[in-house]
Amino acid sequence: MDKMPAWADAVLVPLFSLLLAALLSALVILAIGESPVEAFKLMVDGALMRSSGWGYTLYYATNFIFTGLAVSVAFHAKLFNIGGEGQATVGGLGVALICLYIPWPHWSLALVGAALGAAAFGALWALIPAYLQARRGSHIVITTIMFNFIAAALLNYVLVNLLKPAGQMDPASPVFPAATHLPTFQDMFATEAMPLFRGAPGNVTFFVAIAACLAVWVLIWRTRLGYEIRALGHSESAARYAGISPVKIVVVAMLISGGLAGLMAVNTAMGEAERLVMNATEGAGFIGIAVALMGRNHPIGVFLAAILFGFLYQGGAELALWTNIPRELIVVIQALVILFTGALDNMVRMPLERLFLAFGRKERA
Amino acid sequence: MTTMKSLAGSAAALALTAGAALADPALIYDLGGKFDKSFNEAAFNGATRWAEETGGEFRDIELQSEAQREQALRRFAEAGFNPVVTTGFSMSTPITNVAADYPDTKFVTIDGYVDPEAHPNVKSILFAEHQGSYLVGMMAAMASESGTVSFVGGMDIPLIRKFACGYAQGVKAVNPDATVIANMTGTTPAAWNDPVKGSELTKAQISQGSDVVFAAAGGTGLGVLQTAEDEGILSIGVDSNQNYLHPGSVLTSMLKRVDVAVFESMEAGADLETGVEVLTLAEDGVGYAMDENNASLVSEEMQAAVEEAKAAIIAGDLAVHDYTSDDSCPALTF
Repeated sequence: MDKMPAWADAVLVPLFSLLLAALLSALVILAIGESPVEAFKLMVDGALMRSSGWGYTLYYATNFIFTGLAVSVAFHAKLFNIGGEGQATVGGLGVALICLYIPWPHWSLALVGAALGAAAFGALWALIPAYLQARRGSHIVITTIMFNFIAAALLNYVLVNLLKPAGQMDPASPVFPAATHLPTFQDMFATEAMPLFRGAPGNVTFFVAIAACLAVWVLIWRTRLGYEIRALGHSESAARYAGISPVKIVVVAMLISGGLAGLMAVNTAMGEAERLVMNATEGAGFIGIAVALMGRNHPIGVFLAAILFGFLYQGGAELALWTNIPRELIVVIQALVILFTGALDNMVRMPLERLFLAFGRKERA
Repeated sequence: MTTMKSLAGSAAALALTAGAALADPALIYDLGGKFDKSFNEAAFNGATRWAEETGGEFRDIELQSEAQREQALRRFAEAGFNPVVTTGFSMSTPITNVAADYPDTKFVTIDGYVDPEAHPNVKSILFAEHQGSYLVGMMAAMASESGTVSFVGGMDIPLIRKFACGYAQGVKAVNPDATVIANMTGTTPAAWNDPVKGSELTKAQISQGSDVVFAAAGGTGLGVLQTAEDEGILSIGVDSNQNYLHPGSVLTSMLKRVDVAVFESMEAGADLETGVEVLTLAEDGVGYAMDENNASLVSEEMQAAVEEAKAAIIAGDLAVHDYTSDDSCPALTF
């Protein structure tokens, strides 16, 4: 036994990383004179103990599922797509154009249309970096991150000069027509007697995200294309030898990745704001990287990690509301979790692995 | 029920809401943050002054994301805070979405506009920035030797054009042949906090002959005022009294009393009168700043002329065109 069991890799490593992050966060909170236990209670109470809290947690989680899946799919082909932010931004443009200029009769049709539009726009935004990587060898990390800035500037131009209603101060599109408003959890589950999810932005897009998880699982592990993507990720020369075209797979994997990132905009633009605002993605594209790393690029892992980050976001909002912990330190806490679960993964894995190996040897002896 | 639980929980847990009456006011800052040396900080100062003078307590939040706009409004309203005061025009759409759900809570949107017919529990506080800008425009024209003055705006929105338009009218009222150069820093919220670009714009305006520059640009304005001092020309500050930043170089500041608006909203508490209120020269909602830092720059006759115009505007004898009324400006093209 020269590797630790899969369950330990999938469960213990993230768990220990989380514990370490929680410990450091507790020290930070302690250092500014607040009680970490009470802060944690407040986060749990605000994010998980009430239905409206869940409405927010799942709303954020929906964003992170899409961007996490986007990073995962690209990662299976050993492509590091850090352009989720830009692809989601341009996806938002697709959602806005489709919602504003097509007279939809019903939200369900609008959802299908907007999802297709968002995916198409997001995929299109990933196409150029993908082509440059496949044909010209321009590194995908550099090109996708540069495309984030171009996307922000493009959205800026379109919102300010084309979509913004005359006289409005806010750089935002007009409100989408009522027929395109997606049902929120409140519309779906609240009754007269049980006013659940009041005012929370969680909406039907969450179920689209779950469907996307399933679709990605089928794609990666149950289709020929998925096999080719994984083969290319493991070894390009072997894939080439097996007759797989690297150019084609790189482009296709990035298109799927960009499309998934673009889908996020359905949740933010159509589900929450019901209009397109300048700052709609709010860093979810980057959080997606941490979500994918923590979720081991598996849809189930991505789903769970997205819920965790949704909890952190919503819990962080509760902290900002009811304590004097300043906004900057809440970001520090969120960043610590990302740092430990994402970037410092090996710091936890290697000692754990050594521990497992040591025990394994003893058993054999 | 859940509201009460959370209230009890947070009160017992953090002793922060403990002892707080249920009608405490709450303040929501826009994404720029609490300590922006400008608009949001003025709101914080007003609230702090209210807390010190009355011994009351208020709760505030700095937003982190767009989705939190509605969330903060709802959570404060559910917890019984009243009134809920917000800064920045971006809050008016979220308030429109939320206000009807909490008819007993009063919402205040400073710089934003919410239709009072549709939402009777919302107060919109607007400022007559064009009037204050007119007065500082007059001062600029009188102080200018080159006959060319300039304007640096933050984000290019109708509100900032309103500043520029009032300023240009004031300039032309004193010197009809004067040239007014107007530049905007950008079209996104980033334009509120870009002092380097503010400085570059000021240098470009100086090379075109400007010797008085008016900055209505939030944090960007700090770069404008600095460059004006470095290059030896006069500048005009905005929102708060910024005369002290560069004594002897800042001619005056166009005051916009956000702090007073917050103070008075909190003072009125749950009995706040709703509707649309425009704070003008008459209420000292806008004005120009005089103190020991600019006393040597402003001559007696300058001040007399400005005071005369101020009285005429208040009396209604002098009308300053408001850019936002018809999206056009008689004295300036953008």
